[in-house]
Amino acid sequence: MMPGPGQQAPHWRAAPAVPVMMRQVIYALLPAIACFAWFYGLGVIVNCVVAVLAALFTEALALRLRGRDPLPAVTDGSAIVAALLLALALPPLLPWWITFTGAAFAIGVAKHLYGGLGYNVFNPAMAGYVAVLVSFPDAMTMWPPARIGDLDYAGLSGAATLVYALSGTLPAELTADLVTRPTALDSIRLGLDRMQTMDEIRGGPVFGDFGGAGWEWVGNFVALGGLWLLYRGIIRWHIPVAVLAGLLVPATLFWLADPATHPGPGTHLFTGGALLCAFFIATDPVSAAGTDRGRLLYGAGIGLLTYVIRSWGTWADGVAFAVLFMNMLVPLLDRVTRPRIYGRGPGRS
Amino acid sequence: MPAQPDLNLQPPRPAWGVALPMRKSRSTAQSITLAPPPRLVIVALDLYGGPTRLLVAVGDRVQTGQPLAESALLPGLKLPSPLTGRVGEIANRAVAGPDAAAQRCIVIEADGPESRWSGLAADDPDQLESGELLARIAGAGIVGLGGALFPAAAKLASARGATLLIINGVECEPYISCDEMLLRERAADVIAGARIMLRAAGIARGVIVIKNSMTAARIALRDALEAAADACLALAQVTARYPAGGERQLIEMLTGREVPASGLPADVGCICQNVATAAAVARLFATGEPMISRVVTLTGGALGRPVNVEARLGTPLGELLPLAGGYACAPERLVMGGPMMGRVLASDDLPLTAATNCIIAAAPGELPPLPPELACIRCGNCMEVCPARLLPQELLVAGRRQDAAALAALGLEACIECGACDYVCPSGIPLTAGFVAAKARLMTEQQRGQRALHVRSRVEARAARLAAASLERAQALDAHARSLAAADAGAGADALAALLGGRPPDPPR
Repeated sequence: MMPGPGQQAPHWRAAPAVPVMMRQVIYALLPAIACFAWFYGLGVIVNCVVAVLAALFTEALALRLRGRDPLPAVTDGSAIVAALLLALALPPLLPWWITFTGAAFAIGVAKHLYGGLGYNVFNPAMAGYVAVLVSFPDAMTMWPPARIGDLDYAGLSGAATLVYALSGTLPAELTADLVTRPTALDSIRLGLDRMQTMDEIRGGPVFGDFGGAGWEWVGNFVALGGLWLLYRGIIRWHIPVAVLAGLLVPATLFWLADPATHPGPGTHLFTGGALLCAFFIATDPVSAAGTDRGRLLYGAGIGLLTYVIRSWGTWADGVAFAVLFMNMLVPLLDRVTRPRIYGRGPGRS
Repeated sequence: MPAQPDLNLQPPRPAWGVALPMRKSRSTAQSITLAPPPRLVIVALDLYGGPTRLLVAVGDRVQTGQPLAESALLPGLKLPSPLTGRVGEIANRAVAGPDAAAQRCIVIEADGPESRWSGLAADDPDQLESGELLARIAGAGIVGLGGALFPAAAKLASARGATLLIINGVECEPYISCDEMLLRERAADVIAGARIMLRAAGIARGVIVIKNSMTAARIALRDALEAAADACLALAQVTARYPAGGERQLIEMLTGREVPASGLPADVGCICQNVATAAAVARLFATGEPMISRVVTLTGGALGRPVNVEARLGTPLGELLPLAGGYACAPERLVMGGPMMGRVLASDDLPLTAATNCIIAAAPGELPPLPPELACIRCGNCMEVCPARLLPQELLVAGRRQDAAALAALGLEACIECGACDYVCPSGIPLTAGFVAAKARLMTEQQRGQRALHVRSRVEARAARLAAASLERAQALDAHARSLAAADAGAGADALAALLGGRPPDPPR
C-alpha cells in the first residue's frame, strides 16, 4: 500500500515562500525606485506602472492561452519583479508603447514561450530590455539628466512628461536634444573618442563624485536593497560578489595602467546597470547557474563581459547583453560545476 | 583492512543541513515512565528481514522472554515473548513499523501473573568469548533500535576488520527524545553496552555521539565514562543541524570518510549502533532480560502530557496514549517516527514495534498538510541543505523526464531521503517523495533487466549444451565412419558423410 499524496515524509516544511521572496525583492527595489523618481521625475513612475500592468496582463493572457489558472502565477509577484527591473533599466522619458512592448516581450516571449516561471532560459527583464533597445534605438537612448546640481537644464514638467509618455510628442518649443543629455557612460565613450582625458570628461555636468550625478544615489539605494536581500537570505553572496569582481578587477587594472583613458572602478560601479545587475538581475535564480561554483563563474562572466562591452563594444552599457550571453552558458556551467556527490570519488562525474 | 580512522570528536558544522525547530522539550519534562504490562501484545514475526520458524503453537502458554520464533535466515536469532500469557492467534496485522503493509503477527494474551522464562540469566560479559557474546545477543532478539531493525549480532559479527564502533545518540529529528532521555537516565547502561559490543565485534575503539545541544545527556555520559574509566570509549558531539544523525553523515563528520553509495559503513571501517541498542545489550547481561521493551516518545500538540514511555513490544498504542495524558484535542494526523522521515499511521491502536521510536499526535495545523505546489525557481536552497551534496533541483527535472541515465549521473542512489530539501523548498515541491518513487522505479527496471539477463543466460547455456552434445555426437559418428572407412574404403563413409551433412553445428549465440 503506497501512502497517498500528502501522506509521504516529510510531514513538515517551512511555509512556501516564492510569493514571500518575490515580495521582499519588490520591497528591496522600492527605495531605489523612489530615488530614481526623485532625480529623474514622474517618467520613472509612469514606466513602472506601465511595465507592471503590461507584465501582469501578458502573464494572465499567456496562462489563459496555455490553459492554466492565471491566479497563482499572477499573484506570485514574479512578473512584477521582472517589470520593475525592466522599468529601472528604461530611460525615464519613454512613450508608453515601448515600455509595454518591453514588458510584454519579457513575459510573453522570454518567460512563457519557454514554459513559464522556472523554465525561462533568459532573464525576462533583460530580454525585454534588449528587444526594445534594438527595436527603438533612438527613443531608448534619450535619457534626461538627473535633476541635481547646477545643470543648464530647465527640465520637463510632470504634465509634459505625461503627455510624452502617452503620445510620444514633446511640447512644441522643445526638441529631443533640449530635454536629453548623454548619460555618464555615453559621455565617457564620446569623450574618449574625442581623445579627451578621463579628468576632462569627468569634469562634465553629468558626473557626480564617482559615477553619474544623481544616478550614483540610485546606485546607493540599489546596493542597500541588495544588501538587505543578502541579510534576509533571499539572495546569496556568490553572484553579487562575482559580478562586481568581474567588473571591478579589470576596471582597476586598466585604470592603474592608464588612468587618463580608463574610467576607474568607482565610475564603473556607479554608472549604468552595474549595481542593479549585481544584486537584482544576475541573481534571478531561474536564469542563473545553479551550483555555487557555477554561480561564481556566471557572475564573473557577467562582470567581465560588461567591462568588455563598455570598453570596446558598440553599446554604452553592456549589462543586458552580458546577462543574456551568460544565460546561454548556464547549462554548461551547471554541468561542469556539479559538486562531488557523497560517497563518490572525484573520477566519476 | 581499513586503517584506524582519525577521529574528530567535535567536528565543525558542515556546509549542509537545516536548523529545524526541535520541539523536544515538551516530552523531556518527565522522566521515562514504565508502562504496566498490557492486556495483550501483537508481535510481528518477520520483522528481522526474512522468514521465521515458530517455536510455539496457538494455545501454548508462554513466559516473558521465552522465544516465540527463530529466524530461518540467521539461526540463533530469536524473538522473545514480551508478555506472559497464551498464544492467541497468528494472523496478518498492521503494525507501527517501518512498513504500512500488514505483517504476520503472533498475538499473546495476558494470562495470570508475570513470570520470567528461566532460559536466560545474567552473566558477566568479561568472562565470555566474542562468539558467545554474539550468540547471546542474537538469542535475546536484540535488533537495531534506531529504526532499521537490523539484528545487532549480525551487524557486529560482520564487523571483522572494522576499527570504529559508533554509538549513535544524535537523534537529529525534531520531536523524538527517547534516546536523549535514555542517555540522561541510563548513561551507564549505554556505556556498558558499548563496551560489550566492542568486545563482541573485536573492535578497539568506540565513540558515543550526541548532539552538542544535549547538555544533560552530555553531563550524564561524562560521569558514566569517568566511572567506567575505559580508554577505548570517547564522547563526540556534532552539530544540531538536521540530518547530522544520519549514519553516513556521522561517519563523514567524525572520520572524514565517505561510505560508497552502494556500500556499508563497514566498507570504511565503521559499525554504527543506536544508543538504545547498546542499553538493551547491557540489560541483557546485567539482568538476563532479552529485548522485550523499548522507550518510545509519545508527543505532539494533541496529547495532554507528552512523555517518554518504556513499554513492552507489541503493546497496542491505545494502551499507551493514556500515559501521555490522552488526547487534549482530536489529532489531525498521527506520525510514527519524526516529522521529517516518519510514516503516517492509519490508526492510533497499532502495536508498538522495535522501530517505533516516537508517536506524534499532531494538533490541527501543527504539521500542516502539503501546500499547493508552485514551480521550481531554481533557488538552490535544496542544494545548500543536501547532506549528500546532490542537486535536488536537477534531480527533479530528470525525474519528471524519467531519464534514468541522468538520475544515475546526478547520484539519485546517494539520496538518504532525509527530507531537508522539501523543508526548505520555497515552492513546496514534494521532492523526497518524488526521489523515493524514482528510486523504486529504477529498482524495478534493474530487476526486470536482471531477470531478462538471467533468462537470456539460461537460453544461451541451453544452446551451448545442445551444441556441445551435437558436436560430441558428430565426433563419435566421425570416428565410427573412419573405422568403417578403414575397414571398407567405399560407400559406407560417403553415406555417413552425407548423414552428417558436412556442416558443423551453429556456434552458441
